[in-house]
Amino acid sequence: MLNRRLSPKSTQKIAMTFIWGAGIITLLILLMIIAFVLVKGLPGLSWSFLTTAPEGGLSGAGGISTVIVSTIYLLALTLAVLVVPGIGAAIYLNEYAPQNRFTHLIRYGIDTLAGIPSIVFGLFGFALFVTVLHFNFSILSGALTLACLLLPTLIRTTEEAIKVVPRSDREASLALGATKWQTIRYVVLPAAMPGIETGVILCVGRAISESACLFITMGGSAAMPTSLLSGGRTLAIHMYYLSSETNNITGAMATGAVLIIAILITNTITNWLSHRFHKKMAGGT
Amino acid sequence: MDMKIQTKNLNFYYGKLHALKNINLDVKEHQITALIGPSGCGKTTFLRTLNRMNDTIHKTRVDGEVLLDDKNIYDRSVDVVELRKRVGMVFQQPNPFPKSIYENVAFGPKMLGMKRFVNLDEVVEKSLRAAALWNEVADDLKKSALTLSGGQQQRLCIARVLAVQPEVILMDEPCSALDPLATLKIEELMQELKKNYTIVIVTHNMQQAARVSDFTGFFLLGEMLEYGDTNEMFSRPKNKKTEDYITGRFG
Repeated sequence: MLNRRLSPKSTQKIAMTFIWGAGIITLLILLMIIAFVLVKGLPGLSWSFLTTAPEGGLSGAGGISTVIVSTIYLLALTLAVLVVPGIGAAIYLNEYAPQNRFTHLIRYGIDTLAGIPSIVFGLFGFALFVTVLHFNFSILSGALTLACLLLPTLIRTTEEAIKVVPRSDREASLALGATKWQTIRYVVLPAAMPGIETGVILCVGRAISESACLFITMGGSAAMPTSLLSGGRTLAIHMYYLSSETNNITGAMATGAVLIIAILITNTITNWLSHRFHKKMAGGT
Repeated sequence: MDMKIQTKNLNFYYGKLHALKNINLDVKEHQITALIGPSGCGKTTFLRTLNRMNDTIHKTRVDGEVLLDDKNIYDRSVDVVELRKRVGMVFQQPNPFPKSIYENVAFGPKMLGMKRFVNLDEVVEKSLRAAALWNEVADDLKKSALTLSGGQQQRLCIARVLAVQPEVILMDEPCSALDPLATLKIEELMQELKKNYTIVIVTHNMQQAARVSDFTGFFLLGEMLEYGDTNEMFSRPKNKKTEDYITGRFG
């Protein structure tokens, strides 16, 4: 019976082959997508493309200047709305909330919200911000919707960052006569900060790539936004317009290249931050 | 000699677990009191009732009294922050903050708002000197405390406690993570510190209790079976179980 089975050495070899294979295939697919967009997009990319406004409507001509501005406005406003409640909620859940059924229910709710498709948040944002609150199709509506969408993610990542701060650090602080809030403010948050920053940057990455929920809350105006109540379109939405409603595939690909480069930059920053975080936790300077 | 801390019929519960049973113990001022006993006997729990660190653990309950200078620290009127300033604590694992050496020592005074009355630089130097660490770190105050060796970290934790000028220092097996040389340094330091502070130390190391302490309490299964002068207890234990424990027959 025993000798009919494969030897541990063979199973090890087979397992390694599968794992390596899976890794390489994933990597190849990713590289192909990025390479495809860059190869198709980079030729269309130029300084004038970045600095001229799109013509809008059914014409695909023009650049993406207003789109870049709208995207930046949207990101800034989203973060402004998102960061304080997100981090605050995480601190509450982890440090103050009694460990009872109610808290458990809140956590369960947060996890569920994190898994809901963004278009559902879009509909919610449309119903509440666009119609009931009369913010119309605007950067404000989009940012508020996006903040709702990203809140669960930020709460969870912040909670993880706070959780890994050792209990012994908190006890040391309390034993020195620091209050609970001082302990959180001067011991827990500084130690967790790189982890929290990582969470925020991850949210930025998701916000840049989001399209469905913004489509129905921000509208698709190609004009330069004049206030937070102006409509606008993000890079991702602009790509959708160019590829589906005009024939400017080159423009769409060029926009995609800008998008990919932006995401690569945010991910690089994230990696660098989390690397610094682990180094700090492990005792480096 | 004055009593610094007295416990009266102190009982402690973790949920339904009765962890301390009727503990009556007197800690004399400017003396070192050692608490010995096998793991899980309640010594650390007892130590942590003295500065109310157990308050931070859910579902625990205390009854009885802990008198610090004749005032019950579990009284409603007592401010826990004020209490912990008077009764400092050094933990089993050296636990400096991931901050600079200077920031570690200055942490307590800053949190307590002492900055207005004292010169922080002076406090830091004085505390590090008192903890016999100054000569080793004077040039690296800005370096991360985590780069220090275990023994240095533990002395830094002692300096951090001294900086808030407590009256009592609780030490929870402060040498269990240290090598013999670092242990010796901490023990010498304790002899120096007892001139100005009252020290209560939990230790697993029988020789350490015999070497450093003036009084010893022997704990077993949540009860204090014997308490008295250290020399007396180690040469003529009254209780059979104490004798068995300190001669290494169990525990």
